[in-house]
Amino acid sequence: MRDRTLWTWHLGAGVVILVLLGLHMAIMHLDATLGLFGTGEAEPVDWESVASRMQDLFFTVTYVLLLGAALYHGLYGLRNILLELDPGPGLRRAIDVGLSAGGLALFAFGTWAALAAPGAATAAGG
Amino acid sequence: METRGHPNRLGIRGWVAGGRWGVERYLYTLHRVTGLGLLAYFVLHIFVSSARVLGPESWQQAMEFVAGPLFRAGEFLVFVAFAFHALNGIRLLILELGFGVGRPIDPVYPYATSVGRQRPLALAVMVLAGVVALWGGLDFFVLQ
Repeated sequence: MRDRTLWTWHLGAGVVILVLLGLHMAIMHLDATLGLFGTGEAEPVDWESVASRMQDLFFTVTYVLLLGAALYHGLYGLRNILLELDPGPGLRRAIDVGLSAGGLALFAFGTWAALAAPGAATAAGG
Repeated sequence: METRGHPNRLGIRGWVAGGRWGVERYLYTLHRVTGLGLLAYFVLHIFVSSARVLGPESWQQAMEFVAGPLFRAGEFLVFVAFAFHALNGIRLLILELGFGVGRPIDPVYPYATSVGRQRPLALAVMVLAGVVALWGGLDFFVLQ
């Protein structure tokens, strides 16, 4: 794929991350001042809150979207940094294949976790 | 991105030292450093947060593992890195789309640059990132 297309996807992924990670940071780390999506007195990382979000389709969908966008944005950025160091053709190919394979594996694992989570929460009585 | 045959003689050293860099050059360096830090944290985060699939006991164990003051400080650094990277990313996107750089002018001596036009945006980003970092610090360490 042409670099211009990959770069455009990189920018688009950045906008998606800005919205979804901003929301994630607000829920998880600004809870004391915002109190967003709180479940009573529980902390955002308490099992009660985690199980509640795991069973919410909105969070499942946004987790997978954020996972894909962040992996693409981050790994494409890393690729740019590595390619700026002028690797030879063989190493360049290894970087492309390695980062693509690593990204796909992490995406598959993270997506499995997001999709399996609602069942796990139900089984635990959450 | 392609280097189009121009050798990168400075390599990573060029991120911090290669001439009389302006403040925007150091923002570029900080953008890369925070990006790499966020990527490393994100990969770890995928594995740690997947403990939720194994049930409440595994989740509790994972949270206890990352509950110490060192991890808490590290988490705050991640928050600050996110605040900077996101706000500076918005600045870069604005400039990439051609806004905030002024109208094109003829290259007549003494040559004008667009740096002066871009700088207020860079300063605004720094101030905003500082405000968000302070907000995070309040939430992380004072109100918890």
